[in-house]
Amino acid sequence: MKVGISSTGKTFQDQLDPRFGRAAGFIIFDLDSGQSEYLDNQGNQQASKGAGIHSAQNVVQAGANAVITGHIGPKAFAALDSGGVKVFQSEVKSVQEVIDDFRQGNLTQAHNPDKPGHWQG
Amino acid sequence: MRIAIASGKGGTGKTTVAVNLACYLRNLGREVTLVDCDVEEPNCHYFLSPEWDFQQAHNVPVPSIDQDACRGESCLLCVRECRYNALIWMVNHVMTFPELCHGCGLCSFLCPEGAISEITRETGIMRGGKARGIDIYSGSLNIKEAMAPPLINQLKSLAPRSGTVILDAPPGTSCPAVATVHDADYVILVAEPTPFGLHDFKLSVDVLKQMELPFGLVINRDGMGDNSLLDYAKQEGIPVLARLPHSREAARSYSTGKILIEDLPDFIEQYEQMVNTIYSRQKA
Repeated sequence: MKVGISSTGKTFQDQLDPRFGRAAGFIIFDLDSGQSEYLDNQGNQQASKGAGIHSAQNVVQAGANAVITGHIGPKAFAALDSGGVKVFQSEVKSVQEVIDDFRQGNLTQAHNPDKPGHWQG
Repeated sequence: MRIAIASGKGGTGKTTVAVNLACYLRNLGREVTLVDCDVEEPNCHYFLSPEWDFQQAHNVPVPSIDQDACRGESCLLCVRECRYNALIWMVNHVMTFPELCHGCGLCSFLCPEGAISEITRETGIMRGGKARGIDIYSGSLNIKEAMAPPLINQLKSLAPRSGTVILDAPPGTSCPAVATVHDADYVILVAEPTPFGLHDFKLSVDVLKQMELPFGLVINRDGMGDNSLLDYAKQEGIPVLARLPHSREAARSYSTGKILIEDLPDFIEQYEQMVNTIYSRQKA
C-alpha cells in the first residue's frame, strides 16, 4: 500500500504541508517496500483554479491508495472519494513522524472536506 | 461605437459615469444601449429604474461523459487539453467539475470516441428593459458562482451592433474586466486622485496597453487627494477626458440614486467634454 503525504520538501525530515491542493509536493511512500518517490506540485501551487483536483489526480496516478494531509477542500475530497482513496489528517510535523503515526493507527480518517475551496492556510 | 467604463479600483465611479454618459448621449438624440457587465454586483438599475420586459436564464454547457465509450487512460485528451482544469482522470474514470468549466466545448470537440456530450448548467440570469429611452441589459451571477466571463459575453451579445453601446465593467484587471473591455472601441478609465487610485489606475493602464485598446482618464472626485494621478497621466500622454469635482452635493445626489447631470447641471459640460474628446479622437 502506498500513501501520498503533502510535503514541504523531498525528504522525510521535511514538514508535512498543511495544504493539500497547493502543497509544495507529495512524498509517495510504499509502506510495504519502504521505497518512496517525490512528486513536485509547484505547477498546481501556481494554478488559478483546479489545484486540488489535479493534485488528487497526480497523487492517485502515482499509485497512492491513501492520502495524508493537513486540510482538504471539497472538490479534492470528492475526487479522492470517487477514486476510493482514503484521506487522513495530521498536524504539521516531519514526514517521518507522520509515517510513524500512520503505521501506529494514530491518524484520523476524514469523511468530509474540512476547508472551503481556495483556503490559503 | 462601444465605450467601456472601467477602473482598476472598485468604487471609483464607473457606474456614475456609465449612467450619466448614457443619459447625456440619449439626450443628444442618439440610440443608446447600456450593458451592466458587473454581474457580481449589478447596480446601474438603481439609478435608471428600468421596466424589465425580458428575463432569461444563463446556461453554461458542461461536459457529460459516457464512461463506457471513453478510451480511458490511454487517451485523456480532454483532461490534458482543458485549460480550465475542469476534468481529471481518477483511477478508472474521467471526472468532471462543472463549477470550473467555462463551457468552451473543446473536450467534446476533441473526444475521438464522441463520448462527451454537453448538458447545461444555470449560472445566472440576464434581464433587459428600457428607461429614459435607453435600452438596458443587466446580468446577475447566481450566489456561489465564481465564473463571470461566459455570462458577461452572452449579455454583451444582446446589445445591438449599431448605435452607442456603453459597457459598465466590473472593477479590477482580471477575466471579468477583460471580457467586458476586449472588443470596445474606446475605454474610459475612472480613477480617484489618491495614491490608491493611482496604483490601481497603473494596473489598468498596463492591461489596456497590452490589449492595444484606446483609452482615456476620467478623474472622479477631483480636488481630493493629491496631484500624482494627473501628473502620471500627463507624463504618459494619457488624455484626461474630464475632471468630475469632489463635492458634497454630488455625493448626496448619488446616494439617493439621482442622475447627476439632471440634478446638478454643472456636470453636463464635463460629459460634453468627455464625449467630444472621444469622438474627435475616433474621427482622427
